[in-house]
This record gives sequence, structure tokens and C-alpha cells, in this order.
Amino acid sequence: MTEPASLSAAERDAWQVVSPLDEIAAGREVATVLFGEPVTVAREGGSAVARRADGAAMPTIERYGYVWTSVGAPEGDLFPLPEFAEPDRRNLHGATIGVRVSAPRAIENFLDMGHFPFVHTGILGEEPHTEVKDYDVEVSAERDEVLATGCLFYQPMAAASAKAGIEVEYVYRVPHPFCSVLYKSSPGAPGRRDVIALFLQPVGEEQVRAHMLLSLIDDVSTDAHLRNFQQTIFAQDKPILENQVPKRLPLDPRAETPIRADKSAIAYRRWLSAKGVGYGVIPARG
Amino acid sequence: MQQDLRALWFPVASSGDLPLRHVYQGQLLGLEFAVWRADDGAVNVWENRCLHRGVRLSIGLNLGSELKCQYHGWRYANGDASCLYIPAHPANAPARTIRNRVYRSVERYGLIWSAIEPLAEPPVIPELETAEPLALRPMPVAAPASRVVEALRSYAARLGAEAVEPAAEVPPAGAFALRASWRRDGEVEAAAFFVQPTAARACVIRGLLLGDVAEAERVATLKAHNAALTALREEAEAADAREPDAAAAVEEAKIPLSPRVTTVAGGERAASGEAIRVRVARKWRVAADVVALRLEPISGALPPPAPGAHVDLHLPNGLVRQYSLTNGPAERDAYVVAVKREPQSRGGSAAVHDAVREGDLLAVSPPHDNFRLARGGGRHVLLAGGIGVTPLLAMAKALAATGRSFELHLFARSEEHAPFADDLGGLGASVQMHTGLDPTATGDCISAILADRADDAYVYVCGPAPMIEAAVARAEQAGWPDSAVHFEHFGNAKAVDDSTAFEVALARSAITVAIPAGRTITDVLREHGVSVPTSCEQGACGTCITTVLEGKPDHQDVFLSKAERASDACMTPCISRSLTPRLVLDL
Repeated sequence: MTEPASLSAAERDAWQVVSPLDEIAAGREVATVLFGEPVTVAREGGSAVARRADGAAMPTIERYGYVWTSVGAPEGDLFPLPEFAEPDRRNLHGATIGVRVSAPRAIENFLDMGHFPFVHTGILGEEPHTEVKDYDVEVSAERDEVLATGCLFYQPMAAASAKAGIEVEYVYRVPHPFCSVLYKSSPGAPGRRDVIALFLQPVGEEQVRAHMLLSLIDDVSTDAHLRNFQQTIFAQDKPILENQVPKRLPLDPRAETPIRADKSAIAYRRWLSAKGVGYGVIPARG
Repeated sequence: MQQDLRALWFPVASSGDLPLRHVYQGQLLGLEFAVWRADDGAVNVWENRCLHRGVRLSIGLNLGSELKCQYHGWRYANGDASCLYIPAHPANAPARTIRNRVYRSVERYGLIWSAIEPLAEPPVIPELETAEPLALRPMPVAAPASRVVEALRSYAARLGAEAVEPAAEVPPAGAFALRASWRRDGEVEAAAFFVQPTAARACVIRGLLLGDVAEAERVATLKAHNAALTALREEAEAADAREPDAAAAVEEAKIPLSPRVTTVAGGERAASGEAIRVRVARKWRVAADVVALRLEPISGALPPPAPGAHVDLHLPNGLVRQYSLTNGPAERDAYVVAVKREPQSRGGSAAVHDAVREGDLLAVSPPHDNFRLARGGGRHVLLAGGIGVTPLLAMAKALAATGRSFELHLFARSEEHAPFADDLGGLGASVQMHTGLDPTATGDCISAILADRADDAYVYVCGPAPMIEAAVARAEQAGWPDSAVHFEHFGNAKAVDDSTAFEVALARSAITVAIPAGRTITDVLREHGVSVPTSCEQGACGTCITTVLEGKPDHQDVFLSKAERASDACMTPCISRSLTPRLVLDL
């Protein structure tokens, strides 16, 4: 793994996920990698502590069921996810899956609806319902995040609890260069939205650990059933992600061929450029 | 100084790697290829990335005449790799600029040959022309190609045989091809070896045994060579690991990351929108008052048209007229148009009939694809009035070539007035002629044709205006939805509104041009010699962003942010228009 000489402030001084809390339960230590450097995570006293290879403690917080650390000096808290605190939600660590791809490629895949009929056939989409209808995208200056709203897509089996095909409405947030949160109509609770968050741990420029948080309105399905559903979806995405060339995301919009359905990805690439994110991307020249 | 290997031809696959409907992943100089055979036998060697998001096409599906990407279902055409269909936007035809990179290839001696930037034709090796060579198992080696070529020089010894002649280069195939010969059991045997450099320090040995091998000895022969090549591989890999020779490493080619660099024949021309010089190779009468022109390019290749497309023909008297192409899917070396002499001609048809001669030089635009076949569709009904048959003839040929169900009804004054009788005859029973009908009888005949309607049926009409109106009205009476009725120059309702007309002034070029409804700013500017670079031509990539000095743009792109839109300081002229009667651009 080749390590860049220096990380930009956008990566260095941000919080990065390193482990689900589930993995450090009962005195277990997690040995993992962040930006190419080894990091250990363990519970010390009541709180989680991340340490470098030389044993030095790093800034550490616990949010939304995961341990977050930083290789620099983070200012302020992690992005807000108020739904996590709603009392009637099931918050569940869905899975941690290693993927040989850059974090930004994985975010773009998470934001993308057009692949549902082809990659998640019979679950999140099916032919001939392939059209991606127009939706709204904005980059919120106040919250510094990309927001896509009014994303409609026909899904044969939108969630583990779904009984039949429905037109699902999605909202996507990208509140962090390597994290995204989606809100989708909950099949069991009209008017409420299930939350699925993807937190990517940049192990290297071209390798991630993808942590999936589920925050659902569902008191029927078992944990195993919910996890199984999400892991099936992710297992369908993984071979596609690992066959993207190049693995890093090109930020020059002319390097690949965007279409109108890729509005959210177009905004995401421009937002990464503007923030000066350099890890896992091929910067635009000029 | 190393030789530029990008200019040389190398084998990249064996013919046997391309069974029916398979996609093979080839490799050369660090680049990956998607190699696949279409059902018509043609071999395609393409860059192994979908243009959209870079997913390998070698994990895609070979549909027989198209390659379909696994990620978003984009389909690319056999031959020129143009994108035919983007499922996320099923109502819109993909931009003509969306075309994958195609590498030249040839199938020869049981191998598929390709080159990245060839400077010469693929090698012809006389000794292999006459023989039926026996292909050895390709042997991958994790060592630089030049090292492996050196190791092959002592191939006879590795086989345990006595060399007849020193191993020598096979001249037209370059430095990475060797011919070895040896004597075994008194017989002289020989083989040609081609070393394919897959990456800087990796290659594949592809051997062809020259001369006949008796059926009974084939297995034993192949085994002996396989053992010799395996031993050679092990030695070469061990030697390279022991003393890696940096100078022996092959220089790799880079993944091209810009879609505007395209090596596809005709692709650049289509993308630039520039007029193409053509020669009138043939002019002939195809019906009463109708002549056809066969237009061949003076140099290079023509951008392939979609069935139903038209071109702008620049005539000797300075007029520009639009004519539909009658080309079928396999007719790529010339455009064929037909022109009817109009009594009220404003000079266009008269110029074609009276002034244009065989051998004349004219100019045509790249094809415009406004009138297109619906994808899928169980039944296609083509209704032609006289000379209006031209785009429908192209569609009928395309439908026939892909085995789809269609019927072409040609309404004409008499058989004398039915153009392209020969071509139509070739389409057999799918073509029906209706001659000498008055307007009422024509309408009734159309009603009878359209009486049965299935959900997946489409109607296409081209002809004189009264006939189009009658056909549209009869279709509506028969319960056909608007979306199933297509007629020339009126596409489906699109998300993009191009119905406005306005004026664009260019501050730096000091010219003002009128932008009519139905045409984009970049299109019209190109005609006036002002070329704005474009890529996606649908307002998604931002390549064409232009500063607005005055006026209020009607933003229709998906690239600009809300703030950029609100500022009215820039726009994407490939798709956006104007809310004010006049726009001033910094061009």
C-alpha cells in the first residue's frame, strides 16, 4: 500500500470510523488500519480508546454504535444523526465488510439508484422499471453536506419486512466525505423512514472497511433476518465495486460519462473537489 | 531506448477463448481488453471499462450483437462500441459521443491479434498461411517479455531435441516472435512462438506448432511441449526473482481517462459536429422524379447512423438541406440519400437533380438521430408516404437484421412512384404497397392497419404533412397512445424543453446568431465556426460551461449548483437556453 506524503486537512482533521462497538465488547481489542497506519481499539475503563502503533492515544469518540478517531486535531463533533436517538427505533450494526475499492467509489454506489434493477434484481429493482426520475440535489452550505431529495424508485422488495413491490422514496445525505446516510419509506410504518448509514473506514486509498448501521422501524424481524437482508444487498455490490477501474474516483467530470440520473454523484464529486479531499480520488487537473 | 511496443501487433487471445456469448479479459502492456465475438462472427477488442463508471466490461453480458454492462445495463454495439441504450433514461437516445474505445483487431492463425496504436497492418506470416498450425497451451510467465524471448532461444534443448537452425525472429511479427526448429526421431519440426507482454513484468507465450501432427500423437506432443514450456516458465521466473532486471521491464500504456480522446472511426467527427467532405460516388434514379446519391468519404470513416437518422447536405449552390439516410446496419462505407424533385423547390431539390454530378465533392454533417426506433417492441408498423420511405427503409433494414417483427406500408401514386423498389423487394412479405389511393382511402387503409393494437406495438410515420396528420388522427381513434406513435421531427416529450427561440451574441467573436427551436446553442455556434468543447451534451459533465455576460439563462443542466444558477453568470450551452430574448456570452 502506498501512503501519500500528507493527508489534506479534510481527511486528517476529520473523525474517521475504525470499529463497531460490537467488536470491542467484553475486553476484546481490535487491530485495524486507518490511512495505511495500524490502529488498535479497545475499551479502557468505561470508554473506547484508539491507539497508534507506538501506543500513543488518539482522539476517540463513540457515536451511533461505532468508534471514531482522528489522525489530526478534529474540530467539533461528528455530523448529527438525530434519528439514532429516537426511542422506538431498532439500531443495529448490520455488517462490516472489507472491499478493495476507494471510499468515494463506495459512496457513489450507495447514492446510485440506476443500478438497482441490474445488481439487486428482484429486490431493490427489476426491469423494465429502470428509469431514474428527476430528483433534487443541493449542497447545504450551512450543514456542509450533499442532500438529494425526492428520489423515487420502484422496488419489488424494498426491505426485509416488505411483502410486495412499492414505489419507494429515498433521501440521501452525504455529511462526511466517506459517510452517507439514506432515509427510505418504511414498509411497516407509513410516514416514517428507515435509516441506513454507510460509514467507510479508509484502510488505504483503494481499500475500505464498510460499516453498515441500520436504524429501523421494525419490531417484527429478527436481527439475523435484518442483517441477512443487508448483507445480501452488499454482497451483490461488492464484486461490482471491486471491478471498477480505476479504483480511485476521478474527480474530473470528463473522465467518465455522467448522465442526468447521476446528479447526486456529480454534486458529490464537485463537493469533494471543493473541500480538497485527495484520498482515494484522482484530482481534476486545471 | 525501448521500442514503443504500443505500435506493434500482439496476440491477445486464442480463437478458442471466445466461445458463444462469452466475454474474455485480455491484457496487453498493462491495459485490459474486453474481447468478445458477436453472433455474426465479428471479434471486438475494446477497452475493458464501461464509459459510465469504469466497471469492467469483461464481467458484462455478451448479448450476441451488443455487450451489456452489469452495473447499469448500458448496451454497446458490436463493431463501433457506440452506446445504444441507457436504461436510466429509457426515452432518450444516448448522446452520439458515448462510444467506447475500440482497438483494431484481426483473427489469424487461431489467435486474436490487436495493437494499441498500430503503425502498420497486422503481420502476415507466410509459413502460417498455408499450414494448419496446432496451438500449444498458452503459458503465462511472471517475468518480462524480453527475458522470456531470450529463454525461448534455447527451446530445442529444453525439449530434449537437437536444434536444426538457431531460433530466429519471425520478421513481420517483430522482436517478440521467434521461430524454433529441431530434429526429433529424424523428423524436422518447428514452432512459432509469440510472446505477448501483458504487463511490465508479465507475459504469455503463445506457441503454434508448424506442420502436421498425426491425430494419435497430438496429446503426447502437446504434453511434451507443455512440460518444456512449464520448465521454461519456472526458470525464467526464478531468474527474474533472483536478479530482477529493471531494464527488461516493458513500459506499460496508461489507462486513458478522457472520453474525448477516441480512436473510433468516425467518432471524433461525430463528436465535433464538423462537416465531412464526401464524393458523389453514384447518382441514380430510384423512382419517378426521385434520384439517390451514394456519398463516400474522401478520407477516414463516416460516423455510423442510427436507423431513421438524417444528415444536413451542403449543396453546391450554398443551400443546406436535410435528407434521411437509407443505410442498413451493415452499410457503413457510404451514406445513401434520396431526393425528390419538388415543383416548388426553393433550390435544394433542383440543385441535386440538375447540378450534382457523379464525382462532385459535397459536405454532410454527422447524422442527427431525432427519429428513432423504440427499443424492444413486439410489432413495429412503418407507414411511408412516397419519398417519406427513406428513414423507414433504414429502420426496416435494422429491424430485419435483428429479426424483429415489422410491417412497412408504402403509399404511392403508382408503382412508378415507389422509391427503392429493389431494396424493398429484398425485405420480402413485410413490405406492402398501396398505390393510387385518394386521401380518404389512404386514411381508411391506415385505420384498417392500425385496428389491432398490442401494448408493445409502435407506429412510425413519414410522408407529406397531410398524411402524417391523417395517420396520427387515425391512430388516436384506434386507441394508440401518443407514446407509441412516432413521426419524423417530433420526438417524445422530453424533460428538456427546446421549444424556445432566442438570440445569442458572442462578445469576443463579435457575432450574433439566432437559435431556433429544436436546436442547441452549441450546435448552432459550431455552424458559425465557434466551437465550444462538449462531452456529454446533456448538461451532466460541465465541459461546456460558458460565462454569461448579459441575459437570463434557462438552465436545464444537472451540473450547476443552485447558487451558480441563481447568479446567471454561467451556463451549459449544450442544453440550456434563454429566458430573455437575447443572451450575451463570453465567447
